Amino acid sequence: MKARVTVMPKAAVLDPQGVAIRNTLHHLGLPGASAVRAGKVMEIELNSASDDRPALEAKLRELCRDFLSNPVIEDFQLEIVD
Amino acid sequence: MSSPNSPTQLELSLPKLAGRRPTRFAVIRFPGSNCDQDCLRALREDCGYAAEYVWHQESSLAGFDAIVVPGGFSYGDYLRCGAMARHSPVMKAVSEAAASGVPVIGICNGFQILCEAGLLPGALLRNRSLHFVCAPVTLRVESVDSPFTSQCYAGQLLTMPVAHGEGCYHADPETLRALEENHQVLLRYVDALTGEAIEASNPNGSAGNIAGICNAERNVFGLMPHPDRAAHERLGSEDGKLVFAAMAEHVAGLSVAKR
Repeated sequence: MKARVTVMPKAAVLDPQGVAIRNTLHHLGLPGASAVRAGKVMEIELNSASDDRPALEAKLRELCRDFLSNPVIEDFQLEIVD
Repeated sequence: MSSPNSPTQLELSLPKLAGRRPTRFAVIRFPGSNCDQDCLRALREDCGYAAEYVWHQESSLAGFDAIVVPGGFSYGDYLRCGAMARHSPVMKAVSEAAASGVPVIGICNGFQILCEAGLLPGALLRNRSLHFVCAPVTLRVESVDSPFTSQCYAGQLLTMPVAHGEGCYHADPETLRALEENHQVLLRYVDALTGEAIEASNPNGSAGNIAGICNAERNVFGLMPHPDRAAHERLGSEDGKLVFAAMAEHVAGLSVAKR
């Protein structure tokens, strides 16, 4: 089983990294880049028997909220990719 | 030379402490803490308190009167600053101590860890400039009603250094409003000459020029500036001692109340 967790800064949170990337895109010939948000992606491989997948997914979701993201400043998306 | 029974220079300079058991501070050490030694030295040598390191794998803080979560780069700042350290075994003991009223101070990375642990509201983001800032800053004491600022006067200007890449204090508008209404903002970055909180005096883009906040119960304090690096005149400022002295006074008050 493999999961992909995407963590992005919340829309209301200042993302100076995204702003710096957007500015550099402008310098490098992409003046149309109007906004950039920079986040992170984590791929997690899990050893699992097929029957405990729902429990694993629930645990993973809990840890996305309590550890892999900070709900004060970030949103996460959890995908089970295979 | 003084005889063993005569007061030391330190005792003479801190008369209120004479005859009292020195306050026992715990200085928590995580892998990657790098201001643990600054804190221990400031507490022991500059302030005259008892202080011991406590490794992050410890599960008890019994016997300590006050807790310092020092600065540094715990766990290499991986994932988010303080995100790993917050799950260390000792943090359960820190939370329990905080709940029982023990004063807890988190400095720099320690502030980030306390926010991650939910002991303080909000979070510390990447500095707005994206630059690491390392410079002395001027701070204005916004409230003296706390075990960390009781030795200051309202509006007093303090000088301490900051050294961080992620010190931009962020909280949602409701939380910010509550912090202001409850006077939980203890320190603000201000202009050294005018004492005004202006954008140019804000080193990291923090909301409302916030440099340090306490919890609603007022016994947990987080700040980005370093009192531990401003506790001796050779460091350019002794203002940091006021913060540790306030903690010691608070502890002494508690022990008197218990008797």
